[in-house]
Amino acid sequence: MSIIHYKTPRSASWPSLDRWSSLRDDLNTLFDMPFWADSERQGQLLNGWSPALDLYQNNDNFVAQIELPGMRKEDIEISLHDGTLTIGGERKIESGAENMQRNERYVGKFRRSITLPARVEPNNVSASYRDGILTVTLPKAEEAKPKQIKVNVD
Amino acid sequence: MNTTVRENQNGNAGQRQSENYLAPAASVLEAGDGYTVQVEMPGVNKEGLEISIENNELTLTGRRSLPTIEGSVLHRESRRENFRRSFELDPSIDANRITARIEQGVVTLTLPKAEHVKPRKITVS
Repeated sequence: MSIIHYKTPRSASWPSLDRWSSLRDDLNTLFDMPFWADSERQGQLLNGWSPALDLYQNNDNFVAQIELPGMRKEDIEISLHDGTLTIGGERKIESGAENMQRNERYVGKFRRSITLPARVEPNNVSASYRDGILTVTLPKAEEAKPKQIKVNVD
Repeated sequence: MNTTVRENQNGNAGQRQSENYLAPAASVLEAGDGYTVQVEMPGVNKEGLEISIENNELTLTGRRSLPTIEGSVLHRESRRENFRRSFELDPSIDANRITARIEQGVVTLTLPKAEHVKPRKITVS
């Protein structure tokens, strides 16, 4: 399927309309792609569940919080690689889907990554899941903690 | 045509009371004997949840109770507001038998239909 458009000569006096033609091309590409072909790409493109992620820091730790209501902790995966924290998982729909009248909640896989600005100690990372919020605490590596430097006056 | 559970949002009223609410995402399932509504309110637990019914309108209010994290914010995507959403109830729902449960930020409401409205077979004599 593609958007049928009428060809009109480009008007020289309105150069900003050029940008709309690339929008039309992008939309054509979107309609040409089969919807269910590749479920992972489809998740990112149209119905991507992108739960809200916050990152805080204090002197000792980075703390990441992500809103994941209604998940089971076995369906959540947390990994740390090269200074990037990745949280992923899948929310499965419970039985009774055939009776669904209306659904605004995302179902399916998600993945969020965030790069940490400083090194952390991977062995001391802890996570807790409470009230639908996953909190990951990443202790900073020693050299990343702020240090006081004493000034000696002679 | 069945009137299912309809909802109306609490948009402008929130502003006048100087608190803005966020409308939480919900899903509605219908079975023969009632409805199940699930509403997502991350960060809300039993103490922060308030459910009330007035004139066939069910209102859920969820207040987030997150422990404040000491430190500075590097990146923030979550919203601070509390949640509120109202649903207009199908008159076939028996308001006295509505039950609610909250688990990991998801409120599950069970709204049973009144007995006489359930689908039933009529025998032919």
